[in-house]
Amino acid sequence: MIELEGLTKRYGEKVAVNNLTFTVRRGIVTGFLGPNGAGKSTTMRMVLGLDRPTAGDVRIDGRHYDHLHDPLKYIGALLDAKAMHGGRSAFNHLLCLAQSNGIPKSRVHEVLDTVGLTAVAKKKAKGFSLGMGQRLGIAGALLGDPRILMFDEPVNGLDPEGIHWMRNLMKSLAAQGRTVFVSSHLMSEMALTADHLVVIGQGRLLADTSMADFIEQNSRSYVRIRTPQRERLLDVLHGAGTTVVERGNGTLEADGGKAELIGELAARHQIVLHELSPQQASLEEAFMRLTAESVEYHAHSETPPAGPWGAEWRRS
Amino acid sequence: MAAIQVVRSEWTKIRSVASTVWTLSIAVVVTLALGMLISALSKSEFDNLSRNERLSFDPTFISFAGMTLGQLAMIVFGVLVVSNEYSTGMIRTSLAAVPQRGTFLFSKIAVATGLALVVGMVTSFATFVLGQAMLGSHRASISDQGVLRAVIGGGLYMTLIAVFSMGVAAMLRSPMLSLGILMPFFFLISNILGNVPATRKVGRFLPDQAGSRIMQVVTPVDDDTPYGPWGGLGIMLLWVLAALVGGYAVLKRRDA
Repeated sequence: MIELEGLTKRYGEKVAVNNLTFTVRRGIVTGFLGPNGAGKSTTMRMVLGLDRPTAGDVRIDGRHYDHLHDPLKYIGALLDAKAMHGGRSAFNHLLCLAQSNGIPKSRVHEVLDTVGLTAVAKKKAKGFSLGMGQRLGIAGALLGDPRILMFDEPVNGLDPEGIHWMRNLMKSLAAQGRTVFVSSHLMSEMALTADHLVVIGQGRLLADTSMADFIEQNSRSYVRIRTPQRERLLDVLHGAGTTVVERGNGTLEADGGKAELIGELAARHQIVLHELSPQQASLEEAFMRLTAESVEYHAHSETPPAGPWGAEWRRS
Repeated sequence: MAAIQVVRSEWTKIRSVASTVWTLSIAVVVTLALGMLISALSKSEFDNLSRNERLSFDPTFISFAGMTLGQLAMIVFGVLVVSNEYSTGMIRTSLAAVPQRGTFLFSKIAVATGLALVVGMVTSFATFVLGQAMLGSHRASISDQGVLRAVIGGGLYMTLIAVFSMGVAAMLRSPMLSLGILMPFFFLISNILGNVPATRKVGRFLPDQAGSRIMQVVTPVDDDTPYGPWGGLGIMLLWVLAALVGGYAVLKRRDA
């Protein structure tokens, strides 16, 4: 369990992490989501005691990181795949970490095997591809067989095979009852792995909720309609009090409307429909809406919103 | 967190990178080669020396002449041992494994110091033996008064130069910055300050000037240095301690 309480980090005037309070619960995958620069990595560095909080507190199983005896046995972390000496072999990199925490040498062979690097164990890390470096970093995180694992953007820069491997690894770690705390700036990635979501923007907590609740609260459902009798249908729907947005190429979107009702309405007025389909806005949209609002609120509060939410990025 | 675990870990780190081998090898080779060369030249020049110069002739100290260059490789060793952590990003992995920063830094420095001491002592004894062989009839013997002290002191001097560099690197973090300050300082600035009459009184309190006093057996005729061999080494030791305290303070306070 990782508990953050009022965690704050300031760099001069800039507030990187602003009064974060949440708990990463045991036995599930908690996704830590936010746009680039939201303060995810800074938060994770504070969890590991690498950066000192300006204010607030973070505890692992009730204790400060630097009070953990052999910390790699409590929490394993992959913050940066390149955080290793390139001139050292994979085996020696893991060996020096193992020795510092009193972990037996045999465990080094085990984790190398787990991540599939046994064949290149004697090779220098600087010759490794990004994916191999990532695997070596993960081997380091698994070294102490910790109950908590923390990964910062673990799929960044990985090829599809590597991404697939990483996803399955996280799921299997959680299935073993371990606590997994993983950050990403991609909502779609989180949707595939996380049970719980913590969303931050501009260093502030925006949401701390289960994945299912997050989708329900933040996504927008609408009905997509295509018809050759656009004007008539618009009149009818407006008459029925349904908000309709016109999209390009003759498509209409009825916000919050029920497809059945719209279909019946169209039939009653003998309007031909070419398409009538209920749509759920993607998680990516929900996430962008949430963070876009936060960005707008904090950074551009003096400029009025230019249009309906997401209008800009939808066009591109 | 048992310190012995961290020491073992740091030993794995230091023995598993190439820079350890090449910096220490260069230190040994350069010190020996230059020491032999200058010893041989001194022998052939002896007959041309003035009376005062002959009285000040110090065969032991001459055989250590290679250390002026060899110490630069020791500086590179000391700097790289510490700043490699920062330049590679390994520091974050290291401190996540050993969050007690004092234990981390001083285990690392203890291991590197031990290695530097072994290499420094071997180099000092070897350069003495080879240098005396080159000096022929002008040679000193290890049993002469003060010679053994000077030879052991030579090993201590090389070790302390490396430790001083470790402390400076812990303060500055960047290998380029650390080397950019230490190399010209020890190769040029210290020599200039020590040889220009106006600054000599200050210059001789610099770490290398004070520390190298321990390698002298024959006191120069017109010498007015206010400290002896061990006093000089003590001054150097104070510099080293100051660098280590500074390095620890920086590591303790700053974000990794």
